Amino acid sequence: MLTIKNLHAEVDGKQILKGINLEIRKGEMHAIMGPNGSGKSSLSSVLAGRENYTVTQGEVIFEGKNLLDMSPEDRAREGLFMAFQYPVEIPGVSNLHFLKTALNEIRAYHSLPALESKEFLKLTKEKQQLVDFNANLMNRSLNEGFSGGEKKRNEVFQLAMLDPKLAILDETDSGLDIDALRIVAAGVNKLRSADKAFMVITHYQRLLEYIVPDFVHVLYNGQIVKTGTKELALELEEKGYDWLKEEVHQKESV
Amino acid sequence: MRNSNEIIDDIANREYEFGFTTDIEMEMAPVGLNEDTIRFISAKKEEPEWMLEWRLKGFQAFKKMQFPKWQHFEMPELDLQKLSYYAAPKKKKQLNSLDEVDPELLATFEKLGIPINEQKALAGVAVDVVFDSVSVATTFKEKLNELGIIFCSFGEAVRTHPELVKKYLGTVVPHSDNIFAALNAAVFSDGSFVYIPKGVRCPMELSTYFRINAENTGQFERTLIIADDNAYVSYLEGCTAPKRDENQLHAAVVELIAMDHSEIKYSTVQNWYPGDKDGNGGIYNFVTKRGICKGNSSKISWTQVETGSAITWKYPSVILQGDDAEGEFYSVAVTRNKQIADTGTKMYHLGRNTRSRIISKGISAGHSDNTYRGLVQVGPRAANARNFTQCDSLLIGDRCGAHTFPYIESRNSTATVEHEATTSKIGEDQIFYLNQRGIDTEKAVALIVNGYAQEVLNQLPMEFAVEARKLLSITLEGSVG
Repeated sequence: MLTIKNLHAEVDGKQILKGINLEIRKGEMHAIMGPNGSGKSSLSSVLAGRENYTVTQGEVIFEGKNLLDMSPEDRAREGLFMAFQYPVEIPGVSNLHFLKTALNEIRAYHSLPALESKEFLKLTKEKQQLVDFNANLMNRSLNEGFSGGEKKRNEVFQLAMLDPKLAILDETDSGLDIDALRIVAAGVNKLRSADKAFMVITHYQRLLEYIVPDFVHVLYNGQIVKTGTKELALELEEKGYDWLKEEVHQKESV
Repeated sequence: MRNSNEIIDDIANREYEFGFTTDIEMEMAPVGLNEDTIRFISAKKEEPEWMLEWRLKGFQAFKKMQFPKWQHFEMPELDLQKLSYYAAPKKKKQLNSLDEVDPELLATFEKLGIPINEQKALAGVAVDVVFDSVSVATTFKEKLNELGIIFCSFGEAVRTHPELVKKYLGTVVPHSDNIFAALNAAVFSDGSFVYIPKGVRCPMELSTYFRINAENTGQFERTLIIADDNAYVSYLEGCTAPKRDENQLHAAVVELIAMDHSEIKYSTVQNWYPGDKDGNGGIYNFVTKRGICKGNSSKISWTQVETGSAITWKYPSVILQGDDAEGEFYSVAVTRNKQIADTGTKMYHLGRNTRSRIISKGISAGHSDNTYRGLVQVGPRAANARNFTQCDSLLIGDRCGAHTFPYIESRNSTATVEHEATTSKIGEDQIFYLNQRGIDTEKAVALIVNGYAQEVLNQLPMEFAVEARKLLSITLEGSVG
């Protein structure tokens, strides 16, 4: 589904990603871990198409198409979704109106007719129950005055509504208490399916207790320095990142 | 891939979409402003002597006045002697129905999407169409007649209801109020007149579409609306103008009078030609709008959506004279390219327990300048007067300006006056967030702007709100969603 080859990117002239290689197939759950400043969020930003990042080398193929050639909205329409670490607030635009606009833009891209209000509301209700999203928040302005947890849950609700092929969760666990974390994770688990893939970016192993990954990658200094299974996450939890950093430096000095 | 700055530039520099002119025979007054011009206009309109005298009084006042200097923009050189002060489609005979209206004129309205037809009738809106200066057709008159409601052109009111016109004309905006009001008094062309009798609730929105269509023609509308005791009326004013190279001056006057327990709601959507992207051409919209809550517990509410004109300069105001009277001002003003808007309101609290609410939303893009200027004045008698003002500015791009000049004068210690102001920018983060959900930048900007203006748009009558939303989208986005 997603193939990242030798991806290099910089922001403000500073090299952030230094040759990322990664293959994600349908149905897989990949966790990206790593210490602060290792390039985790940069990777998601580059994939989603944030403007201030410049790709200097490498390629990204998403469902057979060159992702890096596409505008951010076309990437979304092709089925790439990012749950933001810091979802923005847009006053005066209701959550539902926003979602309906988004959904119909995506449908139009695939030459599908716009959803009628009735169908849309039916879908809304279904997904809202699926991911246990507070119905009262649906008519409120998009994220305005939402608590940190509510914003993150809204991201998962949007994920459910827009039904992408690949979902990137960018530190969705940050700022969540344990109850909110469980609900968010339960929502994500319900959305897992054989034809959908996930990339979960996180600092901590905690989230991975609830969302069990097929692969764990450790990002350090703009490169994936280790790949393993969920046991790797546990090992990191226990030992921290320092031993990995040392390993990397030893390799470099050899 | 275009970046969002380019798209925003594009949106901010978009050409006016309603620029076209209609070729209809015009009858013009000689160019220039003097007593003869005024006599010409008055004679053309077959006015009684008292009307002519009032015009001449306005002209005398005008001659003694200077253009103001306090505005927050460069006042263009205006040569009032180069304008013609009267243009009317040549009248062939009195019109009894729309079938008799010049088909090209109707086609123009069609192009603008103004439904002066059966649809409109079904929608329950009576339309008094003002084409340039003379009312061409009036509908629904009979139904309104049954209720004793008078809704006609100003000129007609002068002929048919001189006692009402004489009684109220100039009582809210005197002929010597300011230079543009004085000019209007002298040369006003036509406009609307509304009288709602005691205890009558006007069953439909009254609406007038204005359209400026003749080259070098000043347009001087004059509107007078009176709601008698316990009456209610909602009045809509909406306009678009064709593209012109030379600046056109528009100096309208609107007077509202609300008696005991009555309510007047006045809504405007203004989309006159703003000039090209370098600021050439475009309409100067210098308007005096003022209402008086004369009676106790009366209410006047102004709602405006201003997107057009090269320069918009107006302050729809309310004099809260009666006890427990209420004044409201809701405004969205959009400026782009080199447009200028200096707008706001004045609330004069004279009576006890009077309340006012001001919600102003400025949106600036391109190289434009958007100013809110407002006065809240509480007089010594106005015990327990209350005002709430909220004044927000939204910036698109980094070359536009937003300014706020609130004036607060309170002479009563029991009054409460609140003022809140915010300035924000459409953030790249907001646009990227919407992009990431599959919404392109143009639509994203429209969505954000509509959300921002929501509180004001909600005040508009349903049908008008739809038009206003469309207009905001067209203005800032280009494609109607």
